[in-house]
Amino acid sequence: MKILVLLSQVPDTTARIAFTNGNTQFDTAGVTFIVNPYDEWYALVRALELKEAAGAGSVTTITVGGTDTEATIRKGLAIGADEAVRVDVQPTEALQVAEQVAAYARDKGFDLIIAGKETIDHNGGQVGGMVAELLDLPYVPLVSKLDIGGGKATVERDVPGGIEVLEASLPLVLSAAKGMAEQRIPNMRGIMAARTKPLTVVPAAPTDNVANTTIFELPPAKGAVKMIPAEDAGKLIELLHTEAKVI
Amino acid sequence: MSVLVFIDTRGDKIPKAAQEAVTYASKLAGGPVTAVTFGNAQGLDALGANGAAKVIVARNVPGLDGQQLTKLVADIAAKEGANTIVCVHDGTGKAVAPRLAAKLKAGHVAGALGVPDGNRFKRNVFSGKAQAWLEVTSTKKVISLMPNSIPIGKDGGPATVEEFSGDLGPARIALKEMRKAGAGIPLPEAEIVVSAGRGMKGPEHWAPVEELATLLGGATACSRPVADMHWRPHHEHVGQTGVAIRPNCYIAVGISGAIQHLAGVNQSKVIAVINKDPEAPFFKAADYGIVGDAFEILPKLIDAAKKLNAER
Ligand SMILES: Cc1cc2nc3c(=O)[nH]c(=O)nc-3n(C[C@H](O)[C@H](O)[C@H](O)COP(=O)(O)OP(=O)(O)OC[C@H]3O[C@@H](n4cnc5c(N)ncnc54)[C@H](O)[C@@H]3O)c2cc1C
Ligand SMILES: Nc1ncnc2c1ncn2[C@@H]1O[C@H](COP(=O)(O)O)[C@@H](O)[C@H]1O
Repeated sequence: MKILVLLSQVPDTTARIAFTNGNTQFDTAGVTFIVNPYDEWYALVRALELKEAAGAGSVTTITVGGTDTEATIRKGLAIGADEAVRVDVQPTEALQVAEQVAAYARDKGFDLIIAGKETIDHNGGQVGGMVAELLDLPYVPLVSKLDIGGGKATVERDVPGGIEVLEASLPLVLSAAKGMAEQRIPNMRGIMAARTKPLTVVPAAPTDNVANTTIFELPPAKGAVKMIPAEDAGKLIELLHTEAKVI
Repeated sequence: MSVLVFIDTRGDKIPKAAQEAVTYASKLAGGPVTAVTFGNAQGLDALGANGAAKVIVARNVPGLDGQQLTKLVADIAAKEGANTIVCVHDGTGKAVAPRLAAKLKAGHVAGALGVPDGNRFKRNVFSGKAQAWLEVTSTKKVISLMPNSIPIGKDGGPATVEEFSGDLGPARIALKEMRKAGAGIPLPEAEIVVSAGRGMKGPEHWAPVEELATLLGGATACSRPVADMHWRPHHEHVGQTGVAIRPNCYIAVGISGAIQHLAGVNQSKVIAVINKDPEAPFFKAADYGIVGDAFEILPKLIDAAKKLNAER
């Protein structure tokens, strides 16, 4: 089982969201960057579990980004990935990232390519599906459970009204949602081993520009909260009905 | 501008999100559009009211293989000369729209909010903590509309319905089993959500949370630790790493309001917070607040909701 996991770098979940240069750029001052939670907690950990269960195979991570992503990439290696690849270009947009990943993966014979459900900064949920199309592979988004057996994948996903259990042929691309694995904390041995594991830097493939983020906006500040005394709690229902008109 | 809209019409009635997407597409086109769908839905002519002139339906396609659906939409788009394709930013749309964009070398707007400003589309970023304007520079565009972001059009006459007969190739993804969830409104579609956190102390205390949700005609949700401790099912977990929702009314009981929780609920129209700690950060994001013990407050809310229901 040869698995490729897409790892992206995102601002820490508690980061203050602010913009600079006339609201055209994210303000990175004082911001810590982490591995996108869906990529780390679910995609990577499930890939490692599948490899461990099979007792053979490899887990490679790929990140499209500059040298500033290397600390994040090492975290993936510390958790247990065998090797990491960095495509040396700043990510600008989903199709550009997908084209880089597809260009790398095309002739490598991966059985499984796992992306996260979405990045917590860009929130696109796009890259996995685009990679699948570029490689002419099937794709299942938002997978909450993944098993491999008999050359096939069995996956579950939440859909309106229940859980869909699907069977897909390999090779397969999917995106990982909550439930697929339990977060793993890297141990000292993993962190030491990560230092000597291979991190290969590959040059970027040429891509077309199809979209650009032009300007950011912050939501308008919230008005003051209206407090209701505890003894009078029932009044909340009345206000939601008559004043806010939402129930 | 020739616009095509791709929708999922599975279910007992045509989903609201599908009607929104057709409305949006006809707004972009400035007139009636062609809609593409799959499966066995009846009454598709009703999409005319939302702005569809014609509905093309691939009857025997189960719609689980995004690759087949992508081929369906791309083939029809080519035939109709459509450069803009509207999808819904839901489970089916997420399986198809990115593929279509890659196939057509089109810019893809994931989760467009409202109508665009020329080629610039507004969408949520940083888990709803900000919005961004995405400019699409390619001639072909794929736009996935965020559910609940525009009102549904109702003025058009019935649409004509055609069956698609082309070849979509073999399916590489098949259904093994469908496990129905319990009755009740699916969380992402609920207009009213009653949500509870660790302040509820244990799973045995959820009855009043459920009762209030039922009385208000809403769904229940929870914070992440509650799902992680298996007090509640995972699909109820809202927040940055759970489901992102945007109901009209979000009532949070015994939830502190951590930034990761807020990220999934801050698009709610009205937020009411019940917490025994007056310093709980959630009050800063709330429209209405009650400082008090959930175990005393919930029965009062339930009584008031019963009274309201009796009156209307
Ligand atoms: C990367 C990352 C991602 C995360 N993603 C999410 C996410 O998607 N969703 C999410 O919810 N969290 C998420 N979290 C966790 C988040 O940081 C908080 O830990 C979590 O939201 C807290 O849940 P809580 O409010 O239920 O519990 P607590 O923080 O323990 O708060 C309980 C609250 O209940 C109140 N309370 C206690 N007893 C009563 C009572 N009797 N009556 C009334 N009030 C009472 C307390 O005053 C307190 O405010 C994430 C964390 C990280 C690091
Ligand atoms: N720059 C990147 N490098 C590697 N993988 C990425 C990158 N950006 C996004 N991804 C992957 O694609 C998934 C979806 O990202 P997005 O479409 O941006 O929401 C993420 O969870 C990652 O697994």
